[in-house]
Amino acid sequence: MARRVHPGRSGVAVVIAMGALAAACAAPGANSPQPQATGTSPVSAAPTCGSAPITVSGYFETGFPLPKALTTEFTKQHPNVTWDVREDQFAVITQNAPRVLADNPPDLMRLPQVSELVKDNLLKNLDGYAQAFGWDKWPASQLEQLRLGPGGRPRGEGSLYALGLNFSMTGIFYNKKLAAQVGMTKPPATLAELDQVLGKAKSAGITPILQFNGGATGGLAFPLQNLMASYGPAGPINDWIFQKPGATIDTPSNLQAAQHLEKWTKAGYFQKDINAVDYATMMSRFIDGKGLFMFNGDWESGNLDKQMPGNAGFSLMPPAQQGGKRAAMSAPLTFGIAANAKNADCAAFFLNWVATDKRAREIGVEIGGSRPMGPADAYMPAVASDKVTASTLEAGADIAGDNGAMDFIANATGAIYAKSWTPNLQKLVAGQLTAQELLTKVQADYTGQLEGN
Amino acid sequence: MTPRSAGARTAHRRPVATKLRDPRGLVGWLFVAPALIFYAVFVLRPITLTFQYSMYEWNGIGASTWVGPANYGKVFTDPDLFDSLINAFKLIAFFSAIPVVLGLAIAATIRRIAQSRLALVARTVLFLPQVIPLVAAGIAWSWLLASTGVINQLLSLIGLGGVTRAWLGDFDTALPAVGMIGAWVLLGLCTLLLLAGMSKIDPALYEAARLDGAGAWREFVSITVPSLRQEIAVCVTVTVIAALASFDIIYIATQGGPGNTTMVPGLQIFYLAFAEREVGTASALAVVLMVLVIACALPIQWFAKDGNR
Repeated sequence: MARRVHPGRSGVAVVIAMGALAAACAAPGANSPQPQATGTSPVSAAPTCGSAPITVSGYFETGFPLPKALTTEFTKQHPNVTWDVREDQFAVITQNAPRVLADNPPDLMRLPQVSELVKDNLLKNLDGYAQAFGWDKWPASQLEQLRLGPGGRPRGEGSLYALGLNFSMTGIFYNKKLAAQVGMTKPPATLAELDQVLGKAKSAGITPILQFNGGATGGLAFPLQNLMASYGPAGPINDWIFQKPGATIDTPSNLQAAQHLEKWTKAGYFQKDINAVDYATMMSRFIDGKGLFMFNGDWESGNLDKQMPGNAGFSLMPPAQQGGKRAAMSAPLTFGIAANAKNADCAAFFLNWVATDKRAREIGVEIGGSRPMGPADAYMPAVASDKVTASTLEAGADIAGDNGAMDFIANATGAIYAKSWTPNLQKLVAGQLTAQELLTKVQADYTGQLEGN
Repeated sequence: MTPRSAGARTAHRRPVATKLRDPRGLVGWLFVAPALIFYAVFVLRPITLTFQYSMYEWNGIGASTWVGPANYGKVFTDPDLFDSLINAFKLIAFFSAIPVVLGLAIAATIRRIAQSRLALVARTVLFLPQVIPLVAAGIAWSWLLASTGVINQLLSLIGLGGVTRAWLGDFDTALPAVGMIGAWVLLGLCTLLLLAGMSKIDPALYEAARLDGAGAWREFVSITVPSLRQEIAVCVTVTVIAALASFDIIYIATQGGPGNTTMVPGLQIFYLAFAEREVGTASALAVVLMVLVIACALPIQWFAKDGNR
């Protein structure tokens, strides 16, 4: 086909196009209003939702029934409050969080890693509410992970920027029937005992550990961090996650942990196709009795009690030495209030209600499967002792006693999980990386990401 | 139209200046305006903005810093980003070569049995993947390719149990596996396009060739393929762009894993912009990808045009 567009004409078209492009002149981000840091505005009396009809907007995670159950009960008790809830997968929430908080600020939102959100002044500083409601008198460890220094760094101290609906715990779930088959009568007390059971399971033809490690979700981070806590203290791992200056993941005890994980992968203790297994596949295999152990969290306790009643057990990761301290990844189910939320007071009142109302705490345990937040002497719902939920709640108390709560190594920065832990753990499984290289690479990525911020 | 007739028409046109003053010309512009405005707002503006963002370091929310072409340097020096570009080129083999070559063979076969009902069935079955959303195709194939999936069951059945594996979770097979999903999706499109092209070929040519003693292969090489130059060019263009700009299938099947072996620029841009919040680097990679796509597509167009003269 011959050219028919005359230069003069295309010139006119370009002029028109450029007119439409005029908006593109300012530097990106310059013409949108920058949210300001919200100070610790003192709240005189504890706020409420009032009595006038009010619609509170929420942005929750799909697939987790707890927030919905809580908001429904809340409306039952406070009929003037209705909820306008939007739900998304957690990965989508992670990707959307900054833009949603900036453009369409929800009153209450399930939050991903918060450092960068605080840095951009997108979250409400909750210090005023904490004082008014008395949250600052709760056990400090419950709120530690939600406190951030000025500009979002470091985490673990400073102002409160979020609260949890409950406090989840991770450890090792096991299949009681398969455990009996390999002669495991009680959970292993040391790492050596655990190794022994794993070996027995392997020779009995049972997959010793079911884990997910496929796609963009490197689930081997669960056993790895548990091994880290076995070999060394939890403190330095938290420092690294909280981005404290000079913190490193590449320590001698973490190297031992990574080498131990490498040993497990080489011994064939995980499924052969682990790099193609996603979380849902792992869960269905465990429920089907396809493996002995699974590193996971108590958010599945309620589910496992229902799907394999009486057959699921839970134990904390055993320490390397007999009688050593135990530690576990345990973190609040983080919810926050947008800096520009319309009904911040009501959202804060709801968060306080979740932690203090008797029925709300019952829902938190029954449906959420985890320990409720709140004062140390608050009402604790009873759970039948044969349920795995009872074991996970008890483990939570043990961890509190050993001061062994750790945040998740995947939460150190916004991108460390998808961009560093996951590909590198997948390479470790395939034998393309050694344990030492794994730690070196992750540390380099971590440093790079912190500098980039 | 031939170059000569086009040239003749241009010569009869009035100068542009008079044309613009002509109210009828203005009416013409009014008709074009809606499309033009849409094009400017939804195509030109985003491209310009992407180019602008690529010159800044920006997290998508806060203030931005001018960094000039530094982000482009990063695209070519950061091994993670550069490798994703290489992977996109490897995918061309699967997304382009297989569908076009196989599509030619299948179309030639179907043409020979064009009158039978089998041809209709074959056409429908082959084109079906085009109708299925890519996300559904990705999910279906990740089940088929799973360690307990149908593919492995079939392999075990015929005594090849030794090669079974989680195809999408293996470092050596993940990229070819997603490539095969793409080939499966695009094969139908290519076959149909080529088949349509074949129906335009003058049957007298085949008759003449046969009188000259040409066999089926000779007919295929000397008549079918040269006559399909345009259609082949369209197939190659569409599939090369699909390979370079791939996203859906890989996002569903492997999310770039294991260990970045299936990371492609489309996915990398998405991660950079929304997980790492490096809008500048993401935009730079997007611009590079756009230039690469154009650089690959234009020569194919020229090749097709040359054949037409």
